Amino acid sequence: MKRRLSWTPYILLVPSLAYLAVFFAVPMFQAFGLAFQNVDNEWSLDSWRTMFNDAAFTDALLTTLILIVVIIPVQFVLAMGMALVINAKLKFSGLWLYIYAVPLGISDLAAGIIWYAVFTQQGWLNSVLEQLGFIDRPFIFLSYENQGWLIFAIVLAEAWRATSIIMVILVAGLQGIPRDYLEAADVFGATFWQKVTRVILPLIRPSLQVALILRTILAFQAFAVVIALAGQTITVLSAEGYRWYQDYRDPHVAAAYAALILILSIVSTLLFLWLVPVRQEQTL
Amino acid sequence: MSEAKGVELDQSIDSTESMAERRARQRRRVLGRVALYGMAVLFAAWVLAPIYLITITAFSPREIVREYPKHLIPREFSADSMSFFVNSEGVYGSLWNSVLVAVITLVLSTLLGAPAGYALARYVFKGRDPYRLVILSTRAFPIVILSIPLAVTFINWGIYDSIWAVAFMHTALAMPFTILITSSIFVSVPHDLEEAALTLGCTPLQAFIRVVMPLALPGLAAASIFTFVLSWNEVFAAVILTLQERTLPAQVLSVLTQSPPHFRFAAAWFLMAPSLVFIFLIRRYLLGLWGRVSR
Repeated sequence: MKRRLSWTPYILLVPSLAYLAVFFAVPMFQAFGLAFQNVDNEWSLDSWRTMFNDAAFTDALLTTLILIVVIIPVQFVLAMGMALVINAKLKFSGLWLYIYAVPLGISDLAAGIIWYAVFTQQGWLNSVLEQLGFIDRPFIFLSYENQGWLIFAIVLAEAWRATSIIMVILVAGLQGIPRDYLEAADVFGATFWQKVTRVILPLIRPSLQVALILRTILAFQAFAVVIALAGQTITVLSAEGYRWYQDYRDPHVAAAYAALILILSIVSTLLFLWLVPVRQEQTL
Repeated sequence: MSEAKGVELDQSIDSTESMAERRARQRRRVLGRVALYGMAVLFAAWVLAPIYLITITAFSPREIVREYPKHLIPREFSADSMSFFVNSEGVYGSLWNSVLVAVITLVLSTLLGAPAGYALARYVFKGRDPYRLVILSTRAFPIVILSIPLAVTFINWGIYDSIWAVAFMHTALAMPFTILITSSIFVSVPHDLEEAALTLGCTPLQAFIRVVMPLALPGLAAASIFTFVLSWNEVFAAVILTLQERTLPAQVLSVLTQSPPHFRFAAAWFLMAPSLVFIFLIRRYLLGLWGRVSR
């Protein structure tokens, strides 16, 4: 890297900075601005009050949080398993990586419908269970009475779709571990489990941290997968924001939902930065 | 004499022990490999099974889609559901919109983001680290949620319910990734070559176009495909920012609850299929793209 005309880099940065200012920074303040105004554009807490008092609010908040708490550990275990398999350099390693990475390109809407085909009353799960003799008539998994199954179906769909992102980040992290470290662990007779917990996990901390943050932010936006699997029977924060904007035509309450999701995302990011600290020398 | 024999005996015991040990270790290694392949197959089955199921559902005749219990081995191929889906009202137009939005997103985010990526890769300047930090931290924000306040802005600008509204949002979504990815691509292009071009009389722009671009092109293409997929798949912003000018996912979502099963399954397959191809095309770059971006 060399210094040339000192103003060149700044000119190169201007377009992206300007764009992000208009389409990222301004809307963020607008979200709060709209949320703290009422229908007559006066400053007020009406929108927040409407949001908190809405019958669906507690359900939406709880479901969102439950989904995050359940999905993230499941995904990390799965992603770590896949990443270790990839890193073991089996035959056809390119093929395994491709297969595991395929869901990376599948939308949450498509994933939701795909798992709807599995869980619906006349779907694949009931067909298989009945043919194996576990049930004698189709069980209705996706109904208001079976909230547990609804959540389970959403968790599976999300785990299926979004594990690949974490897997790819973890594989990239694993490949950064110097071979000597694992060989040293072998020399000292470390078991596989010890290698994972004592050597691998501490060394891929930066990847873990990034994956945790990215994944949680995505989980706060979970939307189409919920609608595809549960329709109106289960709701999450982003779906409520959509409903208030599209069905009730109230951008202020919708903005209150957007602002709440923003706040929760920032809090969770700070939480992960604090829970999974990365030492300075690891951040490169 | 007897002492020497004793030593010999000791050695032979020692070597048989290590033989047994080596064999045990070898057996353990083979078992470990077998277990690894078993895991690899299990994970692959977990990913592929739903893709298989939706594929045979989407290409079965309507009666078989409705049939229960279903059969895991398809008996009859039919493109009826697929043609029903593609010819449904609004699907063709929204498909075209999706492609347009994705292309605009791709062009805009590359034109605006790649220069920043180049600056990060090639220059040392005051404010470089803060800028990088800002870009990195945008990922801690659920950007698509910002389509709610943006909808109000776009109504004022008169571009609400147009492909531009969605493309502008998607560009904001893709930009941080474009900047970080292009920066890592430009870092991997040797600076010496660019220097050489400059000393041989190229202007900086010529050196960039003649030397850097050809070398960076495969990486940039992979990054573009990634941006395309991002836009193709995005549904929340698309459904908030449009009423008539839907993109394909927005169209499918808005009619989902009123549509028959064979429509839904055909739609899911149609939305999913391009990603199988796209991920295949960029499979070599996946780790590079995501690995570097995650640091």
